[in-house]
Amino acid sequence: MSAETWAAIRLTAELAGLSTLLLLLLGTPLAWWLARTRSAWKPLWASLVAMPLVLPPTVLGFYLLLMMGPHGPVGQFTQWLGIGRLPFTFGGLVVASVLYSMPFVVQPLQQAFEAIPERLLEAAATLRASPWDRFASIALPLARPGFVTASVLGFAHTVGEFGVVLMIGGNIPGQTRVLSVALYDHVEAAEFAEAHRLAAGMVVFSLVVLVTLYVVNRPARDEAQPAR
Amino acid sequence: MIDVRLSLQRRDFQLEVALALPSRGITALFGPSGCGKTTVLRALAGLDRAAGRVALDDQVWQDDATGCFVPTHRRPLGYVIQDAALFPHLDVRGNLNYGRKRATGERDRIALDAVIELLGIGHLQARRPTTLSGGERQRVAIARALATGARLLLMDEPLAALDAARKAEILPYLERLQRELALPIVYVTHAMDEVARLADHLVLMRDGRVDAAGALTDLMARADLPLARLDDAGVVITAEVAEHDLLHGMTRIALNGSSMWVGPSPGLPGQQVRARILARDVSVTRQRPTETSILNVLPVVIDSVQREPSTALLSLRVGHGDQQAHWTLLARITNRSLDALNLQPGDALHAQIKGVALMRDG
Repeated sequence: MSAETWAAIRLTAELAGLSTLLLLLLGTPLAWWLARTRSAWKPLWASLVAMPLVLPPTVLGFYLLLMMGPHGPVGQFTQWLGIGRLPFTFGGLVVASVLYSMPFVVQPLQQAFEAIPERLLEAAATLRASPWDRFASIALPLARPGFVTASVLGFAHTVGEFGVVLMIGGNIPGQTRVLSVALYDHVEAAEFAEAHRLAAGMVVFSLVVLVTLYVVNRPARDEAQPAR
Repeated sequence: MIDVRLSLQRRDFQLEVALALPSRGITALFGPSGCGKTTVLRALAGLDRAAGRVALDDQVWQDDATGCFVPTHRRPLGYVIQDAALFPHLDVRGNLNYGRKRATGERDRIALDAVIELLGIGHLQARRPTTLSGGERQRVAIARALATGARLLLMDEPLAALDAARKAEILPYLERLQRELALPIVYVTHAMDEVARLADHLVLMRDGRVDAAGALTDLMARADLPLARLDDAGVVITAEVAEHDLLHGMTRIALNGSSMWVGPSPGLPGQQVRARILARDVSVTRQRPTETSILNVLPVVIDSVQREPSTALLSLRVGHGDQQAHWTLLARITNRSLDALNLQPGDALHAQIKGVALMRDG
């Protein structure tokens, strides 16, 4: 494979890794709040999180481009901070990926948190555990399968994004040229051998990721055993 | 003393209780489903918020007058619910250590080994909660709560999810608990047999209010409470072992000069035992019966007669004459017999007791 392809693979892995990390950091409190709140605003927030599932990526990309552009509010803010503008940079891709992959991380976490019975958290409270302690010692371990699912889906979905990347990042080798865009270029240039290598690689990667996910999240045997 | 004054207004439910519970022994909160007994317990623990005041001896846990509210995790209590709520990601040992590790102060460091021994769960420590039976799970939950060095144990229908055999398996542990630890227990239940066997004090609740509160033996002997209308109404007495009839496998117990033969008790003469006499197992005659198979016949005087739709409840004072040493027996008879015998308060009769159930020591 060419050096360019390797650069695209490395860039994709960095983008997906960083986005997943940020998503877990942001998504965990958000998912916990969504799982436990009785607020009337919950449906609105849940819908906003789910938006990328139904929106064409280009719509999201278009608005992000406007917002992060020189006259957009985010763009003005980043320029004021001295970071410059985000479109067509790696940073811009990370911001876009975080938003675009949000539901793939938040929803599994939310479901995992919702599946934890309230009585277990109450039992922990009567056993002297503070709210933080309850979260760390009961909620996090019991939501472990949710975290595995969220990380894998967040990572894999970021690897697979195309429309948003094209709108925000363009196609700058080593900076914003990720695998999916590189594949598109090869097809455009009729380089089918190289395109095949990338496409087949992605298929294998996705399969391995999903099989791993299902194996890891299989319930442990003694927990599946019915009580006597 | 546990001071509980709580009020709560929900859409279809109103709670208004003021209780001073003794900080010794087992207090049962008894009443039909939806009467608010669980809400009281949850508010005691700080899991639900009701308006008012909660204090255990000199420790104030909630006082709306001063804006004080101690969150659940800072209240030195243990809480056991119907389904045990063991943590599925920890083994039994991990569950037991969960609260113990978090309990602060030397005083709270109750000996875990003693608790494990008390509840007979030593052999289960490496097991996962999902592999335990219902009774075992409940014993682990109780041990887990005790291991925090709780100063008050709250139990919300801890036996309700268990079948009769599991219940019988766990009741002796609860009795040991109460005998060996000087720990007040507030016990929510709607099962009369648990109340009769375990409780020292009783709070009767209905529709979010307290009907009556007091010593178990007093309340069980009152004919005017809704309690007396239950099918298994009857008095609970604390008597002394008098002698054993080894030949027939029976024990004679004595209370204020009256004595009764009951099933064999392992107790030594002089030891206190608790017995229960159901109202439906007591009948009355005007003449002292002779040549009867019924062993226990006591002279009584009618205190009061409560007529119900088809049966009547008699409140009987045991012991002719002597006012000081009397105790009360309840008898349920048919209205037909009531009219045939023309029974009136003040009549002297003989009560024939078909069954006396020994509940436990003390």
